[in-house]
Amino acid sequence: MAASTYAAHAAEFRRRATWLTAVDRVFHGVTLAAAIIVLMLLAGVIVALFDGALPALRQFGVGFIVNEVWNPVTEQFGALAPIYGTLITSLIAMLIAVPVSLGIAIFLTEFCPIRLRRPIGIAIELLAGIPSIIYGIWGLFALAPFLQKNVQPPIIDALEGVPVLENLFAGPPYGIGVLTAGLILSIMILPFIAAVTRDVFEAVPAVLKEAAYGIGCTTWEVIRNVVIPYTRIGIFGGVMLGLGRALGETMAVTFVIGNAHRITASLFAPGTTISAAIANEFTEAVGDLYTSSLIALGLILFVITFLVLAAARLMLARMGSRPRA
Amino acid sequence: MKRLYLRRRLINRAITVASIGAAGFGILFLLLVLWKLVAEGLGGLDLDLLTKMTPPPGSDGGLLNPILGSAVITALATLVGAPLGLLAGIYMAEYGRYARITVVVRFINDVLLSAPSIVIGLFVYEIMVVPMGHFSAWAGVAALAIIVIPVVLRTTEDMLSLVPGGLREAAAALGAPRWIIIGKVAIRAALSGLVTGVLLAVARISGETAPLLFTALNNQFWSTDLNAPIASLPVTIFQFAMSPYEEWQRLAWSGALLITLAVLCLNAFARLLAARQRSK
Repeated sequence: MAASTYAAHAAEFRRRATWLTAVDRVFHGVTLAAAIIVLMLLAGVIVALFDGALPALRQFGVGFIVNEVWNPVTEQFGALAPIYGTLITSLIAMLIAVPVSLGIAIFLTEFCPIRLRRPIGIAIELLAGIPSIIYGIWGLFALAPFLQKNVQPPIIDALEGVPVLENLFAGPPYGIGVLTAGLILSIMILPFIAAVTRDVFEAVPAVLKEAAYGIGCTTWEVIRNVVIPYTRIGIFGGVMLGLGRALGETMAVTFVIGNAHRITASLFAPGTTISAAIANEFTEAVGDLYTSSLIALGLILFVITFLVLAAARLMLARMGSRPRA
Repeated sequence: MKRLYLRRRLINRAITVASIGAAGFGILFLLLVLWKLVAEGLGGLDLDLLTKMTPPPGSDGGLLNPILGSAVITALATLVGAPLGLLAGIYMAEYGRYARITVVVRFINDVLLSAPSIVIGLFVYEIMVVPMGHFSAWAGVAALAIIVIPVVLRTTEDMLSLVPGGLREAAAALGAPRWIIIGKVAIRAALSGLVTGVLLAVARISGETAPLLFTALNNQFWSTDLNAPIASLPVTIFQFAMSPYEEWQRLAWSGALLITLAVLCLNAFARLLAARQRSK
């Protein structure tokens, strides 16, 4: 009697144990599959874009990248103007946003009264989350008219006759254009770079800074000789992350770039970027070659940003930092 | 000697001023954006906005169909993307914490986290819109779901990693299999953190415009057909702001204010939850 109860119990136990481990195996498999899907997404994006870009790449070859002509009527497509626009707007954005956001990060970690640090820090992080279309609409209705009326005419007048600068800031003042797009981009990535670099600055061990203060360094000397050398790679990673953002940004730029497929010396002239060209033209593109050329632009953008972002992540990882944006 | 001190102090002073100036400059511009947004958008923030359809050019109306369209695709995208992100995050923090694939997925995911969203739109166009032959709300859902995944995955992995190993070991010592340890101990301990990730993802996609431009497209009319193009708030704002009609531009501002408020609230709430999770 007792023996058979024992046997029954043992059988029941074995049954449950098998069931439990079976569920475990299934759950393990399901979660692993989800992780693999993430990898396949990346591969899928590259394959799909490449597939879509193939007709254009076959038709134009390497010339696609170095040709400036973009003419839907004659079906001549070259990516040089949007590539140039993407690079130049991002360059303008970085020139402004990097020093300012480093200033903000230094202010927040060194000069700001402790009580204000958290509120200002949180405000900056929240601003980094505002959708880019908001910056775009602001650029279109507030910044562009302001520049057109109050900033561009005096600059154009003042620089008339000055070599190089004269061409760089040549009129007429449209308000919209390459420079405006760069400015909007800089405002957009500003809170982003500031938040990342502040985190990196905060990772500097307090003892290092205290030791430097202890031998009589001023705040600036501590920043220059302790904080910046210690965080150099992290700062660079944060800046690259911002650059990745700027390169791929669509909505903040599309509103104010003017969508003109040409390369002009003047920063006041309308231009286009890869993402703006896709956003503006994709749904209106007639003909397979037109669509394919736009997808090829997307592929180029994806490759560029992937390289920049990957480099940024690797550098930040060396600092032990993993920004969550 | 004295001159050296003076120089060092002057440099320090100059840098202090420069950095405060930079902070002021940056914050000033960000405030300018917010101020203009409130000034232009607040006037249109009334009941009509929430109860009327988008008008034809030149007449009054509201944003009812884009608001509902946005709600539908955002909700569906979260329903599709969040479970995938959660499962993958669970794998990386639990089963595969020391697996080689975890390192790779983590890196790729971090890159996807800030990949240009317009490229995601192109991808979905290629794999869904082209085979189906038309734009559809489902394509928009897919595009946004792809953006949800990395955000949720990242937060899930982070939050599960914060759960002390001792809790898991205690459950394991009682003979619990891994899935029970994960489901009844780790997830429960990290629950508000996991919710944070989902909230952050919703905040992220509710303002996304670029991936919807050629997936969900837009719709001037009321539509609940997920196989047809559907209106969404960001795309409508884009279209209305770029138009020459004043009524449309006003609606665009009100819509922009609406999105910003929603995103700020979601982000603030998510931060609150995350802070509570970390202090546990």
